[in-house]
Amino acid sequence: MKLRQRFYLVEVLVGLGVTAAHFFANLGRHTARHVFRSKTARGAVTFQYPEERRPYSPRLRSLHRLVRREDGSPRCVACMMCETVCPAHCIYIVAAEHPNPEIEKVPERFDIDLGKCVFCGYCVEACPEDAIRMDTGILEFSSYSRQGMIYTKEMLLALEPAGPAGTPRSLIPIPADRTLER
Amino acid sequence: MSATLTDLGIALGRVGFVMLFVLNMGGLLTWVERKQSAVMQDRIGANRASIFGLRLFGLFHPLADALKMLTKEDFVPARADRALFNLAPLVSVVFALVAFAAIPFGDVLRIGGREIPLQAVTLNAGILYVFAMLSLGVYGVMMAGWASANNYALLGGQRAAALMISAEVAIGASIMGVAMVYGSLDMMEIVRGQGGPLLQQYFGDWIPKWGVLTQPLAFILFLTAGIASTKRIPFDFPEGESEIIGYFVEYSGMKFGMFMMADFVETVVIAGMTTALFLGGWQVPYLMADGLHFPWGVAVPLGHVTVVVLQVLAFCLKVAVMCWFLMLIRWTLPRFRYDQAMRLGWLGLFPLSILNVAITGLVLLAGRTP
Repeated sequence: MKLRQRFYLVEVLVGLGVTAAHFFANLGRHTARHVFRSKTARGAVTFQYPEERRPYSPRLRSLHRLVRREDGSPRCVACMMCETVCPAHCIYIVAAEHPNPEIEKVPERFDIDLGKCVFCGYCVEACPEDAIRMDTGILEFSSYSRQGMIYTKEMLLALEPAGPAGTPRSLIPIPADRTLER
Repeated sequence: MSATLTDLGIALGRVGFVMLFVLNMGGLLTWVERKQSAVMQDRIGANRASIFGLRLFGLFHPLADALKMLTKEDFVPARADRALFNLAPLVSVVFALVAFAAIPFGDVLRIGGREIPLQAVTLNAGILYVFAMLSLGVYGVMMAGWASANNYALLGGQRAAALMISAEVAIGASIMGVAMVYGSLDMMEIVRGQGGPLLQQYFGDWIPKWGVLTQPLAFILFLTAGIASTKRIPFDFPEGESEIIGYFVEYSGMKFGMFMMADFVETVVIAGMTTALFLGGWQVPYLMADGLHFPWGVAVPLGHVTVVVLQVLAFCLKVAVMCWFLMLIRWTLPRFRYDQAMRLGWLGLFPLSILNVAITGLVLLAGRTP
């Protein structure tokens, strides 16, 4: 170490200068924002999260949704590709006959256990029908029980794709074992 | 009869002012700590506690903290020494609170034929009193470390004791220089001595004789040792939150809160002591007993009460600025290792403060008019 560094006091003052400069610069910006109503001054890089959201990348893998046909039925043909490729074994499909003979099958049940899901996106990649997507922009789903993390076909079908900047357009589905307390 | 009652009222008022000042500053410092660190680090800081939607930049967070700590479980470990365990936070916080009593916050106030020194207690050895109270505070910490029946707490208590001894020696020795320059141990006298001009034959009346100018080395040494005695970063190894959690590892609820409070109050005390000893205490530059006398010849006459109010405000402002500076240090410097702090205390601060005393003595001897 140089003598100046060994003496420590000079380096302390340099460091205090850096932090004090940040302090006064940010204090000025906060004052401009709160007292003089400046729109552009930002004294912090913080996003006030629940009220203020960062724009999400379009590539973000968020909560799954099942894509609907024009008549509202799932586009899924229960080919089991996603269930097979899923590394976490979190997809459970029961296939059924579709009334339209041109469509092979339809899922009677399509459950995703989000407590197991690793959000790898392989199900989206594997799907030959483009029937499952992860573009809802919803990230805040949680439950007090494991059962509450299982999302059913109806819940996944009701979801809409996210709007611009990744803003979710549908509410977080309420699992069957939970009521909306508010 | 009424005279004694008035005297009692005045005494209570003096003590009450100091008590409220220290307690409020201590409580406010928890808010300052959060907000100042946030502003320094380009963040916003705690701002969610609200009363009827009123947030006031997070000013309710100290209140929320106190409520939270009061409602938490008060846990005592099974093998702990119950009496000492319960006594320790009290010792810690009480000695920190009473230490401020000898620090003057204004000159003598003359009202209705009375002379009221603006100081909670008039002591002719005020410095020694503050110094003693600060050192007694460590007993609470050591008690907590011992009574918790926890090895980590014991380590923390030992470290606190070692730190306190190495810092106290430097504090005492650096204060000695100040006492020599102003010729008194009474803090009121020391502050009064800082009102005169420094080296009048060279600079005229321009520069006030503040301690930071007459004793610059002692100022740095005292500040360093003072920060060490508050047990906060960069000297927080009694706490050592990344390794041993420290002497209060077994404490919960308001007892833990009292240890936290003691740290903040000690910060206020160190800020008050630095103000009184080195930054001119309640002195306002160029303000005499009868008004402002600027060295360029302008004089603004002021009434006695105005002068006293100005002095008290100046003292509060100086303490606030010192608190800000101590916070700046706390949020800038990394922590010293235990052996580094010991080396700094015994091989750095202590010899330097003795050297300071020697140099001060020589200069005083040389400057004495025969």
